[in-house]
Amino acid sequence: MPIRTGPVATLFAAFAALSASFASADPVTSFTLENGLQVVVIEDHRAPVVVQMIWYRVGAADEPRGHSGIAHFLEHLLFKGTDKIGPNEFSAIVEAQGGDDNAFTSWDYTAYFQRIAADRLDLVMGLEANRMRNLRLTEEDVATEREVILEERGQRTDSNPGSLLSEQMRAAQFMNHPYGIPIIGWRHEMEQLSRDDALSYYERFYAPNNATLVIAGDVFPEDVKVLAEKHYGPLAPSEGLLPRDRPQEPPQLAERRITLADERVSEPYVFRTYLAPERDPGNQAEAAALTVLAELLGGSGQTSVLARALQFDRKIAVYSSAFYNGTGIDDATFGLILVPAVDITLETAEDEMDQVIADFLKTGPDPAALERIRMQIRAGDIYARDDVNALARRYGEGLSVGLSIADIESWDAALSAVTEADVMAAATKVFDRRNAVTGWLTRPVAEGEAQE
Amino acid sequence: MIRALFACLVAFAVPAHAEMKIQEVTSPGGITAWLVEDHNIPFTALEIRFRGGTSLDTPDTRGAVNLMTALIEEGAGDMDSLAFAEARDSLAAELGFGAYDDSVSVSARFLTENRDQAMDLLRQALINPRFDQDAVDRVREQVLSILRSNEKDPDTLASEAFNALAFGDHPYGSSGDGTTATVTALTRDDILAAHKGALARDRIYVAAAGDITADELGTLLDRLLGDLPATGTPMPARADWLLAPGVTVTDFPTPQSTVLFGHVGIPRDDPDFFAAFILNEVLGGGRFTARLMSEVREKRGLTYGIGTYLASLDHSEMLLGQFSASNDKVAEAVAVLRSEWARIATEGITEAELATTKTYLTGSYPLRFDGNGSIASILVGMQMEGLPIDYAVTRNAQIEAVTLQDAKRVAARVFLPEALHVVVVGQPDGL
Repeated sequence: MPIRTGPVATLFAAFAALSASFASADPVTSFTLENGLQVVVIEDHRAPVVVQMIWYRVGAADEPRGHSGIAHFLEHLLFKGTDKIGPNEFSAIVEAQGGDDNAFTSWDYTAYFQRIAADRLDLVMGLEANRMRNLRLTEEDVATEREVILEERGQRTDSNPGSLLSEQMRAAQFMNHPYGIPIIGWRHEMEQLSRDDALSYYERFYAPNNATLVIAGDVFPEDVKVLAEKHYGPLAPSEGLLPRDRPQEPPQLAERRITLADERVSEPYVFRTYLAPERDPGNQAEAAALTVLAELLGGSGQTSVLARALQFDRKIAVYSSAFYNGTGIDDATFGLILVPAVDITLETAEDEMDQVIADFLKTGPDPAALERIRMQIRAGDIYARDDVNALARRYGEGLSVGLSIADIESWDAALSAVTEADVMAAATKVFDRRNAVTGWLTRPVAEGEAQE
Repeated sequence: MIRALFACLVAFAVPAHAEMKIQEVTSPGGITAWLVEDHNIPFTALEIRFRGGTSLDTPDTRGAVNLMTALIEEGAGDMDSLAFAEARDSLAAELGFGAYDDSVSVSARFLTENRDQAMDLLRQALINPRFDQDAVDRVREQVLSILRSNEKDPDTLASEAFNALAFGDHPYGSSGDGTTATVTALTRDDILAAHKGALARDRIYVAAAGDITADELGTLLDRLLGDLPATGTPMPARADWLLAPGVTVTDFPTPQSTVLFGHVGIPRDDPDFFAAFILNEVLGGGRFTARLMSEVREKRGLTYGIGTYLASLDHSEMLLGQFSASNDKVAEAVAVLRSEWARIATEGITEAELATTKTYLTGSYPLRFDGNGSIASILVGMQMEGLPIDYAVTRNAQIEAVTLQDAKRVAARVFLPEALHVVVVGQPDGL
């Protein structure tokens, strides 16, 4: 779940389980510069707009221990200035040309983008290439911006009990892998982040051979190549970049349970996550089956298995969902969430949810439901072509986590190929309580009140 | 019987987007729509608005339009809720319904290959919704759950406090979701009445973009909307502005306060609107270079984000802004805000600010028209605002026409530092 530099986030939907690339007739071209920068061009000539995205193959899960939040903090600091761009001038230059810019950080990548008239690509490429290697930071920039990210944490996390529960659950889910550390950082470590932390991280990871450039919109690959060679071509690659071998999870032997009680909670809920496999290069079948499983169980507020059983038949829940996003370098999670109806305890809600899962493991998916999902996958191909920003993001994200263009292009086919048996095999494997974290979000128990 | 179709083609070229032609289509039955044909991708985006929205509720049935809108896709014709959802998903049609202060919105995306079936389904939902009692009860519980959440949500608490102070008993003064008491009391008859009153032909606005011709759209619209009632509930009266200057603090146990501030705004059709629009962009645009972002965030680190906007409603106008800040920083942030409000009111903006804001606004405008979905939404919004069909062509010239003198005069008119009301939800120090 990427978080962004600016609060105005309009470019992307949060996540779409069935978002898929169109497999055939993909207007995607790719080439690599001599310094190692991979360039992907996605053509869409319907409007005179271009999006430039630079994706660095470094994110919060690559941070040195004890310096949580540095990946995201550096993302903010990249808007400060370079040898050629004055303090806080980067966005001003883009905006003066009618463009918008922003950035976002996830565990596996850090990305920056501008959206601007297609004939201004030369300008924004020059700006982005310049700040790949020539950042200038003052102590004052760092001190002020640190206050901004602390306010950001206050707004996104500390003001929201649901976010706090998710943060605690992730920390419990990943016992050894840095995916358990929040992207924004732990507050006490964020308070200590320094200019040196930022610059050493920058110098090590921000390099053409550690990045993917995605140019999408009203452009032609041959023109993009000329501009990319002009602006990015002269940049020297970094020596000694190591493979991204993060500490991996040991076998998880015991379920973890977390209860977060907060007086700001109005609707208590049950949230369960299971450790789940991610998409791997050349091997996406299991991730595809998990994606379809999430859609079957909780993708629709009306027809999915959880909604049907718990909202329609048993009437014990007001909301239910299941989700899975396997686009990552290391282990993913498969999630279930249930908001019980008034007067239904979390204990009952959790039992009922588990009963639905147990029943599903016996009966398997409704073939008609699977057929509807296949239709939506096919339609998703068509609808996706209307949003070149989302397409650019799909390629940038996929390539940043080690997938190939072929993997990204064949994801739809992998989804469509999922059978009932595949779903059952994936479900049987993933629903293992030893790998699970169960979270309860509740209100504090008042004195004299019986505990649920 | 083949009905005659009148499609008056009014085509305009948007600067920097020469191929985009906006057609005005009038169906045989007299429904007007704006259309951008684009046959590159085999689907159509359709946006429909019904003017009125939740402001049509009576005080006793507050929340009826909202609940009715949430129930449109919960069963229609001979399909119950599940059957309807299965039919929709089988066609991979995407249907969305929303209730707002001034409108009910219908957003649809459907494939060319099953357009007629998808539109028949949408027609059933709009014309023959079932409003089965079990669906009413189930969705009502979801609304009540949202209402309980809102009671613990600082952003909602702030806007509800602000609106109540500004508009009192006018529908704008309370949430369109209703209250626990009114929503609990809503009957199926109330929902039926809300449907009849809100979804009528005398308040329809339509835009479409994508793989559909003018003829096809005209035929589709009559079939889709022709059987709705001719007239609906009368529109509410204009809302008197009741908000006195001041500070209202709502105690809420959280380390960071939500701050909502503002005063009366400017009508969308006011000759000074474009000057006000530019001024607002300079002061409180969401961009990093806007004055408030620069002063409150970039220079002082008091917030993650701050912005202002001109809210031009059908029956009132506001100039509003919002930010969040740690409880110990709120007072300083509000002081900076007040001083910037006073500075722009007395000094206006600089020549350089006017120039760069014009290039931003005029340069970014054509970039919005970048897909069928976005084009359809923009075109239906223009119609709701009463803008002419050539607005996309003339809009940038209206921005360019604003002079520095205009900006200074309008700044003094629009920004009223003495009138600011600041609502704070949290536990701010020193306010």
